[in-house]
Amino acid sequence: MLKRRIFQSRRWLCRSFSSIIHSEPVRVCVVGSGPAGCYTAEKMLKASQQAQVDIIDRLPTPFGLVRSGVAPDHPETKIVVNQFSRVAQHERCSFFGNVTLGSNVSLAELRKLYHVVVLAYGAESDRSLGIPGENLKGILSAREFVWWYNGHPDGRNLDPDLKSIDTAVILGQGNVALDVARILLRPTTELATTDIASHALSTLEESSIRVVYLVGRRGPAQAACTAKELREVLGIKNLDVSIQESDLHLTPTDEEELKSNRIHRRIFELLSKAATSRPIHAGLNQRQLRFVFFRKPDSFQESKDSTGHVSGVLFEKTVLKGVGPGKQIAVGTGEFEDLKCGMVLKSIGYKSVPVDGLPFDHKKGIVPNDKGRVLSDTSDTAVLEEGLYVCGWLKRGPTGIVATNLYCAEETVCISPFSIHIIPITVKLTEVANHTVFMFASEFLKLSLS
Amino acid sequence: MCRAGYSRTTPNHYDCLQPSFQQSSLFNLYKGAMFKKHNFLSTTTSNNTAEDGSEEIETISVTFVDKDGEEKLIKVPIGMSMLEAAHENDIELEGACEGSLACSTCHVIVMDVEYYNKLEDPTDEENDMLDLAFGLCETSRLGCQVIATRELDGVRLALPAATRNFAVDGYVPKPH
Repeated sequence: MLKRRIFQSRRWLCRSFSSIIHSEPVRVCVVGSGPAGCYTAEKMLKASQQAQVDIIDRLPTPFGLVRSGVAPDHPETKIVVNQFSRVAQHERCSFFGNVTLGSNVSLAELRKLYHVVVLAYGAESDRSLGIPGENLKGILSAREFVWWYNGHPDGRNLDPDLKSIDTAVILGQGNVALDVARILLRPTTELATTDIASHALSTLEESSIRVVYLVGRRGPAQAACTAKELREVLGIKNLDVSIQESDLHLTPTDEEELKSNRIHRRIFELLSKAATSRPIHAGLNQRQLRFVFFRKPDSFQESKDSTGHVSGVLFEKTVLKGVGPGKQIAVGTGEFEDLKCGMVLKSIGYKSVPVDGLPFDHKKGIVPNDKGRVLSDTSDTAVLEEGLYVCGWLKRGPTGIVATNLYCAEETVCISPFSIHIIPITVKLTEVANHTVFMFASEFLKLSLS
Repeated sequence: MCRAGYSRTTPNHYDCLQPSFQQSSLFNLYKGAMFKKHNFLSTTTSNNTAEDGSEEIETISVTFVDKDGEEKLIKVPIGMSMLEAAHENDIELEGACEGSLACSTCHVIVMDVEYYNKLEDPTDEENDMLDLAFGLCETSRLGCQVIATRELDGVRLALPAATRNFAVDGYVPKPH
């Protein structure tokens, strides 16, 4: 391990040493300008006065999911762009928009141009269910829907049909699922004062959707959303929320899980309260939100009139089975039931997209890495890739909040060359000198790495 | 947010569209494609009215302890939040949402239970954000919600260590 680090650092050192310039800047390229990229850039700039950071993004506008993922009615979550703007305005930092890794520039080229490349381009694809009917019209990924209402350039042609349907089924109960439900159910007069994309607002104003289902494979004790979002969706004006009390029954394992997990405990309390509160006086045209638990999607049903369009989802009822301490999975019972609907939104998780020349773990959907240092492959004999790092969803998988990337970036930056305190020596090197410097430097390294 | 630096020196229509490359250093070359400094993008404003100097603003002593154990004693005017006080004194307390109760990055740990008990209970909104804080413990609060009062004089606030085990969605390592 130490030998590997020295080898890596020697190559890095030699590259820095073989220039005649005093205090050669250490050029860093961060691919992706979302929270992971921006926090990484910030910490790199702070960690070293020699660091010069270029942030690239395939879009002309920066900030990744802060701009295109955070719901339009959550403006406070976007305030962090002030901090990210200050990073980009730093004199040793530059932002280059409209530069796509893989087409405008290759990974190999970046690795030649920069001492350090940090990939923080997130996850722009979706997990798929792999069940029959998944390609029917009217079945969208929540990611595409979110891009659409947030005005992302890649989402502008989505054109979801909300006019000829009255029921939508959302698969998943995480925060993205709740966001999507909320945007479908909130009075459009409230959405009109947000920065929602205007094409989305006009479509939503004509929406005839009255019932939205939020379906999870497991129970309310396992729901993946967080309290703020749940509270918000439960408090939507003129919305009738229904949760079956029978779903709230807790197994002993559930109770153990809740005891040690504050987030899940508070979510469960909120769901219990909502299940037992008296139903609101049903007004005309009142919209409904139904939480459905213990249902695993089995297949999608095709409409008999409009061929190629979804008309319902067939679910298999599930029960929980313990597979480890505090971990239960949903297991099918062989009993089925369906929910009729005109639209399905899959909110079951994002997935990263590999690029040429980048090792990729297709099973986990991330780049194989050791605390942010890219590994050559997923085997046990993988070696570290020199000068190549990952941060954010590409490193950890597509979960977490904006702030999760703060700690993720800290870990990646700490493990990078910046943690090694080397004073660049300003000499023009010959082969012999190279060797001498290497021997000196490796001793120095041994001391600082120990 | 991105604005190219177009020069406006000549009346010629075509020249107006020339990006301003007449900058000295290589770095400034790219400034045309970068952000311009805008004052409205700067951070929290200070509620501090002590600028005029003539009035004696009552302050309390607050000690911040960073994750390496280093302590910094500062004076905080009554009515100022701990987040603001930290920023005014160059203490590295993150504040991603700038005090809007939309994040958990200004999470601080009140080191003495007596001081923790003097604080008003957190609201649902604060608790919702605390749910997601890293290294959450019994006496955790959000720095933007802890406001300096006389009875908090002498309070010690610890900045939580960035934990290696940062399970996503703010999993709480200790039972709470």
